Amino acid sequence: MAGAADPLLDIRDLSLDFASPGGALHALRDIDVTVPRGRIVGVVGESGCGKSTLASTIIRLLAANARIVSGEILFEGEDLAKASEHRMRELRGARMSMIFQDPMTALNPVRAIGEQMIDIQHRLPGSTADKRRRARDMLATVGIPDPDNRLTAYPHQFSGGMRQRICIAMALLVEPALILADEPTTALDATLEVQIVDLLKELQREQGCSILFVSHHLGTVTELCDDVVVMYAGEVVEAGSVREIFHNPGHPYTQALLRCDPGRIREATRQLPTIPGALPDLADLPRGCIFQNRCPQAHDRCAREAPPRHRVAEGHTASCHLLEQTEEAPA
Amino acid sequence: MSDPLLSVDELRVRFRSLGALRALVRGVRDPYIDAVCGVSFQLRAGETLGLVGESGSGKSTVARAIMGLTPSQAGSVRFDGRELRGLPTRELRRLRADMAMMFQDPVGSLSPRLTVRALITEPLRIHGRTEVNLDEEADRLLDMVGLTPEFGGRFPHQLSGGQARRVGVARALALNPRLIIADEPTAGLDVSVQGEVLNLLAHLQRKLGLAILIITHNLNVVRHVTDRTAIMYLGRFVEQGATETIFRAPHHPYTAALLSANPEPDPDAAHARVELHGEVPSLMNRPPGCEFHPRCPYARELCAHTPPRVTEAGGEHRYTCHFPLNAHDMAAA
Repeated sequence: MAGAADPLLDIRDLSLDFASPGGALHALRDIDVTVPRGRIVGVVGESGCGKSTLASTIIRLLAANARIVSGEILFEGEDLAKASEHRMRELRGARMSMIFQDPMTALNPVRAIGEQMIDIQHRLPGSTADKRRRARDMLATVGIPDPDNRLTAYPHQFSGGMRQRICIAMALLVEPALILADEPTTALDATLEVQIVDLLKELQREQGCSILFVSHHLGTVTELCDDVVVMYAGEVVEAGSVREIFHNPGHPYTQALLRCDPGRIREATRQLPTIPGALPDLADLPRGCIFQNRCPQAHDRCAREAPPRHRVAEGHTASCHLLEQTEEAPA
Repeated sequence: MSDPLLSVDELRVRFRSLGALRALVRGVRDPYIDAVCGVSFQLRAGETLGLVGESGSGKSTVARAIMGLTPSQAGSVRFDGRELRGLPTRELRRLRADMAMMFQDPVGSLSPRLTVRALITEPLRIHGRTEVNLDEEADRLLDMVGLTPEFGGRFPHQLSGGQARRVGVARALALNPRLIIADEPTAGLDVSVQGEVLNLLAHLQRKLGLAILIITHNLNVVRHVTDRTAIMYLGRFVEQGATETIFRAPHHPYTAALLSANPEPDPDAAHARVELHGEVPSLMNRPPGCEFHPRCPYARELCAHTPPRVTEAGGEHRYTCHFPLNAHDMAAA
């Protein structure tokens, strides 16, 4: 793996709190995520696991009550956790861009899409005519028919799938090194989702950028991503290549998540598996393992000490005491 | 085979697309769009039917028209042998006690200013069931959907998505209905919670012998919890039949495309995908011939001008296509 030695994005020990009247909510704790150059990394987990917060933290679009407690976000060698707001503005829409979940609200409704596509090229050199031409070409690339005339159209004149294509076009226009995609297909129908995933894959191959793809849909992640990070209640519980994670899941949470996906159950059944219990309170975290209260294999040690990260296979780590016999992964 | 509890025949729902004056000025002679055109199906007690389709295919409109929440223009809806269309509102309201609807948005469909206890006993008050003790009834219903009595005092914003769904189920069960229409019962829920809600519905169905109509776009859900499946496209059923048959050998290309658009969480799964071109056309502008032909990878010349008829393939399996897939299965059947 060529990009492994010098990853594009390297997040180390990142912790983030949200201030709330009931005390600080520890939304992200000791997150380690690596995005190598030219690869697509998926972040999966259920509601409230912090996957969207992670994406917003990288591009620093955070609520006013959020605070990075510790850790580094190394992007092309530069620590974004300490970067000034001015510096972040230089990076956004130049070196990194974002695709949001809801294409219906991501575009400005009162401006033509052509104008918005020119605006996003603010940091790029060239005349407005050049930028318009680039916008036109990119619309054609993402499969919008009749791009010349569509530049003057407004967002409401496009369907949901078309708008998401426009959002992707905008994210790619600036030729970023990193695209943060926050559930870009969740609001779309299944047949459109397939089209959008194929489009993303194809464009990523052409441009060679890296993508951090946030999703709760295991099927989409398997199809699109090279590597996967599984998050639970603000922690990374498992990370590795798609093939490793789906064929050889090491963490009980990943195993449970895979078991619950009705798409993986071959025989028709009326009794679907579930993960009983609820997420722990992020303001008052339990001692030991974060998953202990819902884990079918929890034992007394899980309540005492937090499990270290164990190496399951090459490039595949999981945080669980049950993996003790395997060696401990270097931090 | 017992008589169906719900029998829908050639149901049609039209919406006005232009005001009378504007239609006159623009010379539009028929200022309506057909949201549901000629839908027929039957549902027996203890049976689950899945209604599948993409956004805008008219699946929720079918549900609302059955309940009489949206007026329908033609066809018939018979519940337990009685025609519901054209019934006076008072009679319909009485009959509706036997039919319950779970609406799409679990939190949004609960009034934010009522407690859970008030919410789940509201149907009893509306239908004037004064003989029951509302508090006891609330506890009984909460217990039935697996919530503790403490939840009775909570407000909807204090519930998680899964809990709000359970309250929706409890509310639907309050009047001991015989039919439940569940509109996207698992939309927006995590996979681990989705299973809980579906298991609950299945359990209650076994216990109470309910007929359930599930509306969803999630095919994985349909495969596990329904007996029969109907696929909707532009307000029509393009295929319906036993869920097992539909999943094993879909005859309509749209069904096949939907099934294959379901990414499998297995990196080594073989993808034999039926690729569709473009998007669902507008209801204002229905394609001629087979309405699916502009997107169909197998469309031939005939499809462009001649609409296909409904073909019976035996065992309640019906489809609307000139050139059905898996035709060898048909010969075998």
